[in-house]
Amino acid sequence: MTLVAYALRRIAAIIVILAVLSLLVFGLLALMPGDPALTLLGPKAATPEALAAVRARYGLDDPFLVQYWHWISGAVRGDFGVSIYSGSQVTTLIGDRVGVTAWLAVYALVLTVLAAVPLGLAAGMRTGRRVDRAATAVSLVSLSAPTFAVGFLLIYVFAVTLDWFPSFGSGDGFADTLWHMTLPAITLAASQFAVLQRQTRAATMDVAERDYVTFARARAIGRGRIWNRYILRNAGLPVLTSAGLLLAYGLTGAVLVENVFALQGLGVLLVTSVAQLDLPVVQGLAMFTALLVLVTNLVVDLLYFALDPRLRRAAVAA
Amino acid sequence: MTAAVHPEPAPTVVATSSRARWGALFWVAVAFVVLVVLMAIVATWIAPYDASAQNLVDSGQGPSGSHWLGTDQLGRDIFSRLLVGARTGVVGPLVVAIGAGLIGTLLGLWTGYAGGKVDAVVMRTIDLMYAVPPLLVAIVVVGLFGGGYWLAVGVLIVLSAPGDVRIVRAAVMAQRELPYVAAARTVGVAPVRIAVRHVLPNVTPTVVANVLLQFVVGLIALSGLAFLGLGVAAGSPDWGLMVAENRGILDLNPWAVIAPAVGISLLAIAVTVIGDRVFEMLSQRTAAR
Repeated sequence: MTLVAYALRRIAAIIVILAVLSLLVFGLLALMPGDPALTLLGPKAATPEALAAVRARYGLDDPFLVQYWHWISGAVRGDFGVSIYSGSQVTTLIGDRVGVTAWLAVYALVLTVLAAVPLGLAAGMRTGRRVDRAATAVSLVSLSAPTFAVGFLLIYVFAVTLDWFPSFGSGDGFADTLWHMTLPAITLAASQFAVLQRQTRAATMDVAERDYVTFARARAIGRGRIWNRYILRNAGLPVLTSAGLLLAYGLTGAVLVENVFALQGLGVLLVTSVAQLDLPVVQGLAMFTALLVLVTNLVVDLLYFALDPRLRRAAVAA
Repeated sequence: MTAAVHPEPAPTVVATSSRARWGALFWVAVAFVVLVVLMAIVATWIAPYDASAQNLVDSGQGPSGSHWLGTDQLGRDIFSRLLVGARTGVVGPLVVAIGAGLIGTLLGLWTGYAGGKVDAVVMRTIDLMYAVPPLLVAIVVVGLFGGGYWLAVGVLIVLSAPGDVRIVRAAVMAQRELPYVAAARTVGVAPVRIAVRHVLPNVTPTVVANVLLQFVVGLIALSGLAFLGLGVAAGSPDWGLMVAENRGILDLNPWAVIAPAVGISLLAIAVTVIGDRVFEMLSQRTAAR
């Protein structure tokens, strides 16, 4: 019962944060330099009639809060208006692009987990040894080298010189998409590797030094069993947190990666609509991103209850 | 919640008779950073060509005796642009790091030491700022307000400060419970004086390491924004922008892309190495006192 209460409280908090954020996002329009009607008119000719039509349509002469109410009441029903530039519904635009970004983010997350978790575990069990020093060096590069720089270096080596992978486009069908997405996903994974590797290493070091691991060894419990039952389960929780954060923050990396590899995802949509001052699209994307980040965090925290019996028991007892 | 990767607290090393050494890697990193800073200072004097001079006859060439790193599509000399580009590569991130470091240290010290209402207000604001990834906010705000290098620097200071506040605040809160603070309070030292004269020196390793880390974050963000066309003005010699401008001639003159990309990466890696090491050494020294 308390688990439900906890989830409800978190959802209420998410709604409050989204409400405050929506005010800020909508306020961007008011803060923009110049006449908002001109901005909203976009590339069309600014005749007085056209300006008046835009003012009437967006209610620009209404007080700020009235305008906000119009926008937010549409937004909660999933209507963020239409793009100034293309005239399509913002939700349609986002819907068309979300697939590419989701592909990229999930593929990169899989690669990150496959590389970072084993290396983090190995480094955490053998601190100061060769594997630890090597993994630390790799994660140092991963943490510092900018995503787009890594992307172009990969393109130069694997697309231009070796010609193993395509350097742009997202492909059709599963196998082709997998092939097209490999370099972008490696690029994104390279930037995420450090976060997960360091977290896994720290968690493993913490658990491996505990008395119960030493005692398990003293009782001659097999290495595999110690790993599965004692180390992995306990080290899993912090690792899960950072993996969840990666999925949310993968969106930032995706902006750069999509630009490097000319993928038509949400990141490219954001950059182009910012450049075109296409405010409805920018506002829609901002709210969508925030919702995604907040929900991901909530899901991760709820997964804790599924993975950690101590939390479940505490929840029942409370 | 795990906010980000930050140097883990160094193992509490008991001060041994032989002093810990900085290590070769640290000095290599320092040498590289000094080299880049020198490049930035003397760039226009030693550059073989004017970084903006176009020469369409020699455009898109690979490295040669007259153009060490070749030329771009407009025939501009890549080596000269790389030298001059060191300026925006060093100055902006430095301003971001120091600006965010100052705000972060002051607010972190204040909220961490005072607690209470100030703390609650500042921390809730920071939680809100964490709801959206900072680089996305920078793209939107800088882009909508027409771009520009110094606008980007300003926005990044605001977006980086919350991280600094959190870290300094946590370090201060850990210090606040120690006996020396209680002792100072007992003999009637004013709270501001305790915070600045007693607590601050003890959190200095965290602050210094964090300023260096923010330099790296600022460098990555500013070059990323420049790459997306949202930082320095089009045509300026800047490492991030060079990568974007020359992406089309990766087959003609790959050095036009590789050189600035490697430049940003090495500078970022070198400063991270220095930051990690400085944190370890300084926290050993404060622990040994």
